[in-house]
Amino acid sequence: MTKIILNGSEREFNEAPDMPLLWAIRDLAGLNGTKYGCGVGLCGACTVHVNGKAERACQLRLDEVEGAEITTIEGLDPDGNHRVQAAWRDLNVPQCGFCQTGQIMQAVALLDENPKPSDDEILAAMSNNVCRCGCYQRIVDAVRLASTGI
Amino acid sequence: MLKYLEPHSEPVVETLRIAKVSRRGFLGTTGAFALAAYAMPARAFDKYPTGAEGMPHGVVEDPLVFVSIDADGTVTLVAHRSEMGTGSRTSIPMVMADEMEADWNLVKIVQAPGDEPKYGNQDTDGSRSMRHHIQMARKIGGSVRTMLAQAAANEWGVDPATVTVEMHEVKGPAGQSAGFGDLAAAAMALPVPTHEEIAYKSEDQFRYIGKGEVQITDLRDITTGAAVYGGDVMLDGMKFAVVARPPVVGGKAASFDATEALAVPGVESVHEIPYGGLAQKFAPLGGIAVVASNTWAALKGRDALKIEWEAGEHGSYNSDAYMEEMIATSEQPGSLARDQGDLDAAFGDAARTFTRTYTQAHIAHIPMEPPAAIASYTAEGLEIWAPVQSPYTVRNDIAEAMALDPENVRVNVTLLGGGFGRKSKADFVTEAALLSREVGAPVRMQWTREDDVRHSFYHTTSAERIEVSLDAEDNVTGWLHRSVAPSILSTFAPDEGNVLPLEQGMGLNDVPFDIANIRCESGKALAHTRIGWFRAVSNIPHAWAIGSFVGELADELGKDQRTMWLELIGAPRQLDPQNSGLPDNFWNYGEPMAEFPIDTGKMAHVLNVAADGIGYGKDLPEGEGIGLAVHRSFVSYVACAAHVKIVDGRITVPEMHMAIDCGFCANPERVESQIQGAAVMGMSVALHSGITFENGAVVQSNFYDYDVVRSDNYPTVTTHIIPHPFSVHATGVGEPGVPPVAPAIANGLYAATGDRRRSLPMGVNV
Ligand code: FES
Ligand code: FES
Repeated sequence: MTKIILNGSEREFNEAPDMPLLWAIRDLAGLNGTKYGCGVGLCGACTVHVNGKAERACQLRLDEVEGAEITTIEGLDPDGNHRVQAAWRDLNVPQCGFCQTGQIMQAVALLDENPKPSDDEILAAMSNNVCRCGCYQRIVDAVRLASTGI
Repeated sequence: MLKYLEPHSEPVVETLRIAKVSRRGFLGTTGAFALAAYAMPARAFDKYPTGAEGMPHGVVEDPLVFVSIDADGTVTLVAHRSEMGTGSRTSIPMVMADEMEADWNLVKIVQAPGDEPKYGNQDTDGSRSMRHHIQMARKIGGSVRTMLAQAAANEWGVDPATVTVEMHEVKGPAGQSAGFGDLAAAAMALPVPTHEEIAYKSEDQFRYIGKGEVQITDLRDITTGAAVYGGDVMLDGMKFAVVARPPVVGGKAASFDATEALAVPGVESVHEIPYGGLAQKFAPLGGIAVVASNTWAALKGRDALKIEWEAGEHGSYNSDAYMEEMIATSEQPGSLARDQGDLDAAFGDAARTFTRTYTQAHIAHIPMEPPAAIASYTAEGLEIWAPVQSPYTVRNDIAEAMALDPENVRVNVTLLGGGFGRKSKADFVTEAALLSREVGAPVRMQWTREDDVRHSFYHTTSAERIEVSLDAEDNVTGWLHRSVAPSILSTFAPDEGNVLPLEQGMGLNDVPFDIANIRCESGKALAHTRIGWFRAVSNIPHAWAIGSFVGELADELGKDQRTMWLELIGAPRQLDPQNSGLPDNFWNYGEPMAEFPIDTGKMAHVLNVAADGIGYGKDLPEGEGIGLAVHRSFVSYVACAAHVKIVDGRITVPEMHMAIDCGFCANPERVESQIQGAAVMGMSVALHSGITFENGAVVQSNFYDYDVVRSDNYPTVTTHIIPHPFSVHATGVGEPGVPPVAPAIANGLYAATGDRRRSLPMGVNV
């Protein structure tokens, strides 16, 4: 049995301890805002926060996050109005949208750690989040907007 | 929190929105978006013919099918096209709402299930959504506005011409006023007016159309994780499935042992899926399915399967050797796709000739969301939730495959996490449906990224040979383009190695150059994998070859790229199909030539706009260069000017200017986002995306060896949209941005380094 704090509430999983956190979040907890895009840590679609840091949920086994505080997109802000989410909406970032929850979780973790990142720091932090639709220009602009208000 | 949905519920993709009009507008992003303001004379809406009527089930213009109005005034509009990121789920209803004078903040959108007899054609591909539905959307909106005004006039006993409809309010001549909800029942019971009976809005009265201020309807759900994609519906008792598919198309499991798989905790059953192959349309490839209580158990169970695969007849497919064969084929005459003037005479009289050959590897679409679908089979019927581009095709195909009455199959369309043509093919949905019937429970089918890379319907691979004849003054007197590529047709019918007119019409025989003698030919190539369509389809190899060739010819003749392009494009004119040596079955994207001609003036204009935008000709430091390319596809014209810069031995493209002429532009904000996306996808095609085969199996598997452009190397794009009034027909947007990008980058790389690359992908390192 694995216990985690998922979006503020304690949650127990009785399934295999080697199950990646991604599938526990999606299939067992039914929180489908966290996406599967590659399963090998190369796309960022599954990005969640583990004790406040951006991590790839597909690369963490349940037993590796025992007791950890996990935040998914659903738990980011009670009203869904985190300033990063708001910036994403202000700039109409998404196309298909599938990568965007992962992008937002990555951006939030970056800004929590480094509230005023340089452009190079934004690119470095975001470059492992793939957007096949190619929204990068607006993603980077939205991170900047959330950081500086412009 | 688990979300349970009742089978046969209302469509799941339904949203009520707030904050729908952008605070910042769409001008807030870098890489300015340029749309010249233009004063518009008030004009009526003159109906024009399009290819929409020729599509299966055509266009339905019945407002009662698409619009309902609640007593509280909420207007519900049906989105009948699939949303895969282009914005059609927002933009078509937006056009209806505008012409209706509905307040967008009181509009709700529901997604239609697959039902073409009811909604008209739903096949979301071919960059057709706006092109084929902007007139229908205006007609529906105008009908409802007219009916509301008539209902009010009846109630107030006044002349309907004295009634005005404005922002969800109907007003009479003596100060009467009613809301949409007050009049809805009476209005919707009235006869639907004809086109001539509707007083359409003039363009200066548009509130939303052409403004780019309406935000996509799913924006809030997307940014909060509430948006529903293919794998996101949770059903009571649902099982989770994955399939081990034959590595080679047409292959089979000679034997398999599921003992260890069945021993994995959570694995419930193992099933063999009937085998497919080429010429079987979108049938599953077959294989061994593992059904479990969660995805992880299913994946572990699949790993534990012991399978002996038999490759079958395509086990000898090696794409490197195949490329050599295609190149050899391109050295020989093929079948004629166009024969204008007297090419043999031109070559006979030539002072010299100039020849180049270009190649392109297969491409896999890899939409961010790998194929995933949910099926629930019960005694009452089959219900599906799936991210599909053509839900009615899916419904019929699955009904046929499972011997069901299509009336008992319902296909709900979720959001698509990208489509790009992959999700036109519903093999993955059929797998879910077959398994649901087999296990007697709802099934969620999940493809892994490896499954997606290895079992796609691949974009064709090609060899393109172009030869021109030059006279003593270096004028181009003859153009011979031979294209060799396996055809999409092989997915539908036994393969004879011939391409379709529609593949030739995508950039091969529609070449608009002002050259007296033009011959285009197609060489035979038999398919050894499932060939599908990828965003822009055959335009990619054709534009790649033509655009690169123009760059090489410019260099050969000592001209700059812009001059070379403009000389070849020639004076502004419309290509006359009768005098251009085009075949009778010439394919103009299904559109009537008279309404959607090939216009060289538009082509030259977008080239000039992009070249001027980037400052083509300016001095650049060592290791930097600008490449130009322009291409007409999906009856739109797009030019790309790419600024290539070598950084630490890597090809980067810090800046691009893209100019698009898509006729009347209904939603410039989404057109801009499509062009930005096409720039990135075109750059992936240029630098990264190549699928190869060894012994019939795909070599690549995941982002390790099949990478795409990431945010550390994206182009900052300035999008120029050529402004037009409504009378200039709306044309394609989703696809036409892609084709000119790769040749522009190749030409820019050459300008930067003198390194000429002729094979796609060209690689990212110099
Ligand atoms: S799914 Fe986890 S990084 Fe791609
Ligand atoms: S918006 Fe489609 S993958 Fe990013």
